[in-house]
Parts: sequence; structure tokens; C-alpha cells
Amino acid sequence: MFHWLEKRPFFFGVGIFVVIAFAGLVMIIPHFVQQSRPLIGTKPYTTLELTGRHVYMKNGCNTCHSQLVRPFKHETDRYGAYSLSGEYAYDRPFLWGSERTGPDLMRVGNYRTTDWHENHMMDPAGVVPGSIMPKYPWLFTNTADVDTGWAEAETVRLIFNTPYNKDIPMKDGSVSQVKLSETVEGGRADALIEAKLVAQQMKNQDVKDMVAAGKVPEIVALIAYLNSLK
Amino acid sequence: MENRPLEYDYTVAKMFMMSTLIFGFIGMLLGVLLALQLAWPEFNYFLGDTVAEYISFGRLRPIHTSGVIFGFTLSGIFAGWYYIGQRVLKVSMAESKLLMFVGKTHFWLYFIAMFLAVVSLFSGYNQTNEYSELEWPLDILVVLFWVLWGVSIGGLVGIRREKALYVSIWYFMATFLAVAMLFIMNNIVIPTYFVSGAGDIMHGVSVYSGTSGAMVQWWFGHNAVGFLLTVPLVGMIYYFLPKESGQAIYSYKLSLLSFWSLMFVYVWAGGHHLIYSTVPDWMQTMGSIFSVILILPSWGSAINMLLTMKGEWQQVTESPIIKFMILSSTFYMFATIEGPIQAIKSVNAIAHFTNWIVGHVHDGALGWVGFIIMASLYHMAPRIFKREIYSKALMNTQFWLQTLGVILYFTSMWIAGITQGMMWRAVDEFGNLAYSFIDSVDALHVYYIIRAVGGILYLAGFIIFIYNIIKTMSARPIEERELQNATPMAA
Repeated sequence: MFHWLEKRPFFFGVGIFVVIAFAGLVMIIPHFVQQSRPLIGTKPYTTLELTGRHVYMKNGCNTCHSQLVRPFKHETDRYGAYSLSGEYAYDRPFLWGSERTGPDLMRVGNYRTTDWHENHMMDPAGVVPGSIMPKYPWLFTNTADVDTGWAEAETVRLIFNTPYNKDIPMKDGSVSQVKLSETVEGGRADALIEAKLVAQQMKNQDVKDMVAAGKVPEIVALIAYLNSLK
Repeated sequence: MENRPLEYDYTVAKMFMMSTLIFGFIGMLLGVLLALQLAWPEFNYFLGDTVAEYISFGRLRPIHTSGVIFGFTLSGIFAGWYYIGQRVLKVSMAESKLLMFVGKTHFWLYFIAMFLAVVSLFSGYNQTNEYSELEWPLDILVVLFWVLWGVSIGGLVGIRREKALYVSIWYFMATFLAVAMLFIMNNIVIPTYFVSGAGDIMHGVSVYSGTSGAMVQWWFGHNAVGFLLTVPLVGMIYYFLPKESGQAIYSYKLSLLSFWSLMFVYVWAGGHHLIYSTVPDWMQTMGSIFSVILILPSWGSAINMLLTMKGEWQQVTESPIIKFMILSSTFYMFATIEGPIQAIKSVNAIAHFTNWIVGHVHDGALGWVGFIIMASLYHMAPRIFKREIYSKALMNTQFWLQTLGVILYFTSMWIAGITQGMMWRAVDEFGNLAYSFIDSVDALHVYYIIRAVGGILYLAGFIIFIYNIIKTMSARPIEERELQNATPMAA
């Protein structure tokens, strides 16, 4: 049979394809029938948080920080409850990472504050002596791309039915909504309102001036995102 | 009818050889810079504040990985294809104007795509899926040059004189098919600009969310690595080792068995990247089991290579190219036993997220991938340029520098990884965590330095390699005929 195949490249190719595609067929396809379902209490990201998520991706934070708490006591002691699949339902893409050059950030919003992040991003070793994380001063002066943040939210609302402006069941039995404006101008305004709340707790004058002038610095969006990780 | 040997046309192979040198240098240089940044964070800002944003660790890391995988390795694979393809199929590229045009277009499209990839990654366009960081417009370019490669394979196979396909061709075909499937499946995104009418036109949002996304990504991530850093290179050593040593492949049956079992088993093993994550348990277990089974086909090929040298082991001392090839087969065996060990659940609990994984990748990438590609180029160069290799002494120097570099690299990363894994889980007598996270960072400083030294040695060897190839191209007299077996070289 193999000698026959070796003289017939087309069937040889088909043979290879069937053999390699088999694993995908068994492992990958069935999973899509059962799509990622959010946990009760899992909310989609706001426009500003999504913008901050893009800042996180742009600077490759995922190359050193994981977002996946494994079910071991030493991990839950260090980082909080272990990760559940539904918590990632609105993560496109997932940001689990593959290295922990720095600590896990899955629940960093539970134990770090805006003020801590502000100091830390400006000078990590000043906050955590011995840290090898680089300084990120440009986040304080670059303007975040809020439009793309809004564009992504609007896209996932339309294409994947991500529940913006809808009642989302919370753990305590109440309902909560994540607002998404219908226009990009509205999206910018929403993000600015959120940004002002974050900037209030910051002390960097450049950041405060930018927000006052109606612009969102990258650091503000990033901190909004990090604070949302719980 | 005139009966003279075919004149093969190596124009395209030559172009890809050049890009192998360029991307190899860039990729490895960035690797060294990243290693220095981890040892001394000051290296993040050593070019001044204005460029600090573009050379910070997080920006550079995907350029290093993409540069080495899709720049250096893929160029080497394409160079190998445009050299081996003609020779084992017994047709010359010069026989078909169309295939020559396809080959050249393939190169230039590939080169442009890689250039734009570097530019876009520096500016922060990053999908963050590992080894799949490029945004959708660049993904389309990648698909285009991949299709051209497929046309080139199909075309040469279509007009072949030798009817039976040699083992190397099986591996090239498998690479083409598998990477096409994986790359397209993993990169399905919806460009947000076209749906919402706002924002960045480069940006796309993945159709896979959360856990599903992780599964598709590691189905891709593991196997893109497998089908670029393993499969075509096995195909290349199946050609170059017998040619260089003048020995026939030890066993046809063993190559048959290893090929088909590798095809079947490899793709299942992706799940080992997701052990103790939120993907279903059975999938983690499958990933773990199939990773262990994977030892068989991997060692099958490697043993086939080593046994090919049966009775001819003195060549290892005489020929630097044989040295490179034998050491690369050995590192292949080494990496393919280390990987399965790390895929065992209880070992993975310690190894995951640590530098042991980085060490594993690099004993594969530096020891196996780097060595076999450089050996292949050394074998091709005298035949392509019709000149002897410039210096055998430099080849030996390079060999020992790089071997030492790899050893420093993986030993330091093993110790670093296991140190991290053990410190994270250590508890005191009351059951409280014994160390804070920063303690585990401090402990690694010395290993990061040793690793950087290893990287510098490897890069130094690569610079010698570039010099030797360039000199071979220009400084030696042109030979009349091509030698059939071992590579001719000046002392």
C-alpha cells in the first residue's frame, strides 16, 4: 500500500491530511458545539477596559504574566480562587500566557490599587525591590486608542451576541448592565467618564491634564483593565 | 539522445539561503538582547528613552520568536526545498519558466511579509497568540506565500522524472498541509473596522473566546512548532546526512513507520500546554498520553539517522558537517524525551510557567533546528556556488562555540525552572507560603546571566557561520564539477 501511495502524490497528500486532521476533528470540533458559557457574575469588558486590554497586548504583558490560576493550594494561597472556564467567556483572545517571569494577574484587581499600579508602572523596582520588570513611562504620555476598543466591543455585540446593554445575572441574585454606546462618539464619551474616575485616584499631573483635555492616556485604560481582573 | 546530468537551477535556493542568514542574525541578536534584559533590566533602556518603548521585553519577545521560527527556520526550510526538491524529483527549475516565476514570487512575497511583520510587531500590533502574533492583513500575505509554496511543490512533483517520492518529499508535503490547516484555523478573526466602521483597520477580534481559544491556539502553537521545527527538518536530514556521509539510510521500514506515526500522533499532543488549565480533563490527559507516545516516532527518525552512520563513525571526527548533523540528531532525541517528561501531569505541575520550558524550547531550537539548518547550508553552499567551503577550521571553532553555548543555555534554564517551580510551592512548617514571588525572581539572576553567556556564544558562532558562507561565495576559486558526496573544503 505504501509503495502504491509513494507513486501517487495526490493520494499521498490526502492520506497525510486525513491522518493529521483526525486529532483536530476529535478534540477541537466537538468543543464548539458547547460554546464557552459565562459564569454567573461574569461581565463583558467596558469600552475603557477593552482599550486597556489592547494596551496590555500591545506591550506584550502576556509574555511575562499569566492569567491562569491552577488548582493547587500554593497557587490559590498566592493568587486567589483557581480559574474556571466560564470566567474567560468574553476573552478574545485568551491571555493565559505561558511564562511567569512575573506573577499571575488573573485576580490582580482584588489586591492592587490604582495608586499601586501608577507607582509600579513608573518604576517597578521602586515599589518591589529586586523587580526586573521594565519601566513603562510612555504609557503616561501615549493616547490610548479608544476607538478600536469601542469597535471591538461593538463587533462582538453584533457578531457574538455579547450581552452589552442587557441584564446580566450577578451572584447575589441582582442584575447588572454593561453599557455600550451605539456610536463611536458615544463610546469615546463613555470611556472618558470612566477614565476620569480612574484619574481622580492618580497623582501624575500629565495624566490629569490629558484627561481634563478629553484624552485618555494609555496608563488610565490599562489600570481600568487591571482593576477589572477579579 | 544526449545523456548528460541535469543542471539544477539554484536561483531561488540561493535567495532563501541569504534570508536564512539575515533573519537568523536578527532573531538571535534579539534573543541575546532579551536574555540581557532579564539579567539586567537596564538593557530595556540602553538605547535611550525615545526608543525604550520599542525595545522593551514585551515588544521584542514576539519579534525574537517570529524572527527565528518564521524568518530563520522557515527560510532554511524553503532553501532546503528549492535545493532538495529538484534533486530527488530529478527535474530542474530551469525546465519550467512558470515554476521559476512562482519560486521567485514566493521568495519576494515571503520577504515582504517578514519585513512588514517586524515593522508591525515593533509598533505594537500583536494578536498575542504565541507564534501567531501577526494581525489579519499580514496573515493574508502569509497565506499567499504559503499557497505559492504549495504551487511550487505541486508543480515540481507534477513534472518529476523520478516517479517514487523520496522520504524528504513526504515531510515537505506534510509541512505544507499541516501548517496551512493550523494557520488558517487559528487566525480566523473578524476585522473590527469593517463591522463597526471605526478604529484601527489592522485590528481583528478572534472568533474563539477563552477556553476554546486556548485550545485552538495550542493545537496551532504546538503543531506549528512541530510542523516547522521538526517535520521539514527531519525531511532535510533524511536527504543531507546520506548525501554528506555517502551512506544509505539505515532502514526504509523505520522511516515509513516513523513518518506515519509522527503524522498521527503529533497533533494530539497540543493539549500538554494546557494541563491544569480550564480545558476539559480528558483533553489534558490525551495531550499528556500522546506526548509520551510521541517518543517513538521521534526516536525512530533519530535512530535511523544515527544507524545510517554505522561503520562510518570516523567521519564524525573528520567532517565538521557530520559533527553538526550527528549532534543535531542527538539533540533531537534529547528534546523529544525531555518534552514528554514535561508533559507528564505531575512534572508539568512544577515545570509549567517556568524557565525549564524555555530551556526545552532552546535545546530543541539551538541544538536541533539551528544545527541541522546550518549543516544543510554548509552542504548546499559548495554545490550552489561551485566553490569549496572557505574554512574548515572556522567550522570547527563555530561547532564548539555553539555546542558550549547550547549546554550553558539549557543547563542554566533547567536549574532556573526547577528552582522557580519548587520555590513557588514551598511552604513553611505552618503550611504558609515560604517565599514571596520576588524571592523566586532574585534567585534566578545568576542563571539569567549564564543563559545570556550561552546565547552570546551561540550568536558568535552564527556570525562565524555567516562569515564562512559569505567567504565561500566570493573568496574561493570556482570548481569545474560538483562533488557527489562529502562537501569539499579547504583546511
